[in-house]
Order: sequence, then structure tokens, then C-alpha cells
Amino acid sequence: MTGTSALYQEIILDHNRAPRNFRRLEDADRTAEGYNPLCGDQFTVFVKLDGDRVADVSFLGKGCAISMAAGSLMTTLIKGRKKSEAAELMDLFQRLVTGQTGAGGSVPPQLAPFNGVSGFPERVKCATLPWHALKAALESRSEPVSTE
Amino acid sequence: MGAKILEHAGSVPAESAPFDVRQIREDFPILARRVHGHPLTYLDSAATSQKPRTVLDAMTVHDTTANANVHRAVHELSRLATEAMERVRVQAAGFLHAAHPEEIVFTSGTTAGLNLVAQAYGRKFLRPGDEIVLTEMEHHSNIVPWQLLRDQVGVVIRASPIAEDGSLDLAALRRILTDRTRVIAVTHASNVTGTVNPIAAIAAMAREVGAVLVVDGAQAVPHLSVNVRELGCDFYVCSGHKMLGPTGVGLLYGRLPLLEQMPPWQGGGGMIASVTFENTRFAPVPARFEAGTPPITQIIGLGAAIEYLERVGFAAIGAYERPLLDYATGRMAEVPGLRILGTAPEKIGVISFALEGVHPHDVGTILDREGIAIRAGHHCAQPLMHRLGVPATARASFALYNTMEEVDRLVAGLFTVRSVFCR
Repeated sequence: MTGTSALYQEIILDHNRAPRNFRRLEDADRTAEGYNPLCGDQFTVFVKLDGDRVADVSFLGKGCAISMAAGSLMTTLIKGRKKSEAAELMDLFQRLVTGQTGAGGSVPPQLAPFNGVSGFPERVKCATLPWHALKAALESRSEPVSTE
Repeated sequence: MGAKILEHAGSVPAESAPFDVRQIREDFPILARRVHGHPLTYLDSAATSQKPRTVLDAMTVHDTTANANVHRAVHELSRLATEAMERVRVQAAGFLHAAHPEEIVFTSGTTAGLNLVAQAYGRKFLRPGDEIVLTEMEHHSNIVPWQLLRDQVGVVIRASPIAEDGSLDLAALRRILTDRTRVIAVTHASNVTGTVNPIAAIAAMAREVGAVLVVDGAQAVPHLSVNVRELGCDFYVCSGHKMLGPTGVGLLYGRLPLLEQMPPWQGGGGMIASVTFENTRFAPVPARFEAGTPPITQIIGLGAAIEYLERVGFAAIGAYERPLLDYATGRMAEVPGLRILGTAPEKIGVISFALEGVHPHDVGTILDREGIAIRAGHHCAQPLMHRLGVPATARASFALYNTMEEVDRLVAGLFTVRSVFCR
């Protein structure tokens, strides 16, 4: 028993080993970069929009298992959703990993493996890094977003 | 008579006593604590070292019996505080083997010392087109101050490469030096690879081209006896909190003829001889560089840290730490997929490593839950990370209070990391 099994759940390890949608989206019409200056981890998120809907989404970069799995699961969850739904999911995710449960809204089962992050406050920024990049992409900010 | 001898024996604790790490550990109260239900295994002394009780007590005693501002008042407490602070200056001069106490400037740390040299020396003596030579293994604090100077003065910055094992390529350094080289700024020991640089040889090269040599001693001072005159450097900087002392205090050594030609870095109280609205005459060295109230309590803590290191003695520290480093290097090599970054022959107890398929942060988190504190990240040395071809490393760093048993715990922890990620 390592004391870290709540954090490194099997689904997270799996997404870290084989991240989904881990590629450049050649016809993306939005891209944004997320960067954590404390550790140097960096992700780029690519979004293809169809009106108000995320037609396709992918990501590339380097980071720890938590950030990699967060990016991977994020892309699988966001694809096909409206921009407003994506924003709501990000809000939910942020509350989930910071332990603010019961704040309204139900957490999709795909995000549930990240409930362990709240026990590791120093890793919250890892989990939210790809989401910050997604938010910047959807809001069309061209400057890299930083976790700081 | 007998009482006197006993008293004397008690006041000079065991200078020649053999190094006993269990006794050393008892001097550091924090080492007795537990973390996440495990004994603390503190392997992050390169980030900040722990403090012995004598350092903690010295600061408490000062604050509870002699706290006052220095160089200001005629009252008794101010006199006591001033004397205590100036005693540390003399102590620090002895510690670095400076020729004069006036060559020691109290700073807030290594970063402040490097900024001071870059600004006070650099802006006065450097001209557009002059060259500053750094190395690929420098900490950001020995890069960015020179870049600020570059943007102000128009100097050129060059980076001397490292060899594959993490040691400095001296032949390449020699080739990079020109008659425009005015400053060589180099770390004494790398905070990432542990490499100890041959400062005396670099000083000889600096003299040949007429450059000043600035040495970042932050990592070296808790491990090596530093003799600035034998090293032949012009400036040497270090931090209290990496040498068993408190944060917020550091030392700058500068050769007196250089310091005396340098203008102040910051203005304020304490650094003046007289002030009118038209003009200010500056105080002599070193007060000229100590604007504002200095970190008096921390300076006194630093004095106690110096006393502790000198009492244990660098010969004993080196004789203990080298086998510990060799043991750790050998044991860590047993972990499958582990690669040590930096294998120079001359090293302090700093081991950066990569574990195949596992990000350093994940290594750090899993070890933390075993009570093992290591550092994961770029270690404020991104150009070196780039050179090593990694975004970040995990780093275990050792001090005189670490043990082989702790190395064993680290290695067991690394096997746990593998069991999580490599299944």
C-alpha cells in the first residue's frame, strides 16, 4: 500500500500510458498553450468548432501522469459538447479536485477518478493545467495561460 | 583548576571527536518528526537545509535578550545587537578565508548577492560589447541578473558548455574567452548535477583575459571548505538557508579594491555618510551595500550555523558525505530504468535522476507519502534541463545529517514508484 492509490487510480494510469486524442489537430481553428512555470510542464490544446459546438479536440505536450490523464479524459469528455457545457464541466472539475463537493451539479463518471486529487493539494495545478489551456482556446486567448 | 579544565572542555565541544551521524541528527530537532506516518527522510537539503538547535537557540536568545536595530542608537540593546552582527561578519570572513571582514557584505541571499554584483560592478565597469561568460549549468539566479544588465548596458552573454558527464568543458571555456570577456560567472557546485567546478583553474583563465570571476557558492558552502584567496575569485556569494542557517540572509565576499570602486546597489538608511536633498555621500565598504535594516536575527543565526559547520569540520563532513554519495549512487543504480544525470568525478551530494516512464512529479508525490522529501522540477536551471534533454528531473540531495539507512528508504521508495507505474 503506497498511500497514493487514491491519486493514481488505474484509469488515470491507463490514460497516462496511452493518452487519447494526443495529436495535433491539423484543421484546428483554436489552439492555446497551458504552462506550469513551477515544473515546466506544458500542453497545447487544439479545438475545432462547429458553430457553438466542439466538433473535435486534441492535445499535445509533456507533463506528469495527473496532467496527462486529465488532458486525455478532458478531450474524450468535451468532444461534441457545446462551449457552455465545456465551461460548466471545467467548473465542476475544478471543484472536484479542490474538494469542494456538493457545490451543485453532478460529476460525470469519467471525471470521478480525479476525486483523489483533492487529497494532494500540491497536485491540483497538474490536474487543471490542460483545462486552463482548453478554456483559453475556447475564449480565443493567444497568450499562453499559466497556472501561476 | 579542575573545574576550569572541565569548563573549557565543555565550551569547545569535541573538535576532534569522530563523526557520529546519530549524534549529529540529535542536533536537528526537525529530523525527529514523522511525515504521513513515516519517519521523515529529508533529501532536499540542496533546496534548503535543516537547522541545528544551536542556530534556533541563537536566534531566540538574541530576540529575547538583545533585539534592537543596529548602528542606530546609543542604548545598550542596540550596542549588543551591533556587536553581535559585526562578530558574525568577522566569523564569515574567517569561514570564507577572506583577508578582511570589510570584504563581507550581508545580503538577503545568493540571488541578492548576484544581483548586487551584476548591478554595482556591471553597470560601473562594463561597456557595450563587453562579454559575460556563464556556463550551461547555472541556476537562473546566475543568468537572469546578467540578462538584466545586458538589457541596460548592451553586454553580450555567452554560455560555456558542459561535457556529457555534467562536468564543465574547460577547453571549451578557454575557447569562449576573448579579450572582451569582462566577467566569468560560474557556480562552485551545481544544484542539479552536483558537479564541483575547478574554480582555481577558472580563476587562472579569468586572470589571463583580465576578467573578474564571480562564484555562486550557494550549493558548495555546506559541503566544502571555501578559501576565496586560494580559489582566486573576485566575488563569492552564498545563502544562509543552504548552510544550516535561516532564510533571508546571505553573504557576498568581494575583493576590497573592487568593492571600494563600486557604487551602491540600493539606496536607503545605513549606507550613507551624509544626506542633503542635493547630494549624498556614501558610507564606506561594506555598509555602502547594506541599505536598510539588515536581517539581524538571521545574521546571528547564520553565525551559529558557521560555528556548527566549523565545529564538525569540513574534513569530517567530506569524509562522511563522499561515501554516502557513493553508496547512494550505487544503490540507486539498482533501480531498473533509473538514470542518474550528472556523474562528474568531483561531486557534492546531489543526485538528479530520471525514472523511465515516470514523470519526476509523480516520483516526488509517491515518495512524499513514504515520508521521503525530494525535489522534482527544473530546479531553476531550465537551460541545463534543455541541455540534458529533459523537462524536469527528480533530485535527492544530501547533507551531513543523512544516513545510509535513509538511502535504503529512498531506494525502497523508488521500487514502490515502479510498482505503481510499471505494472
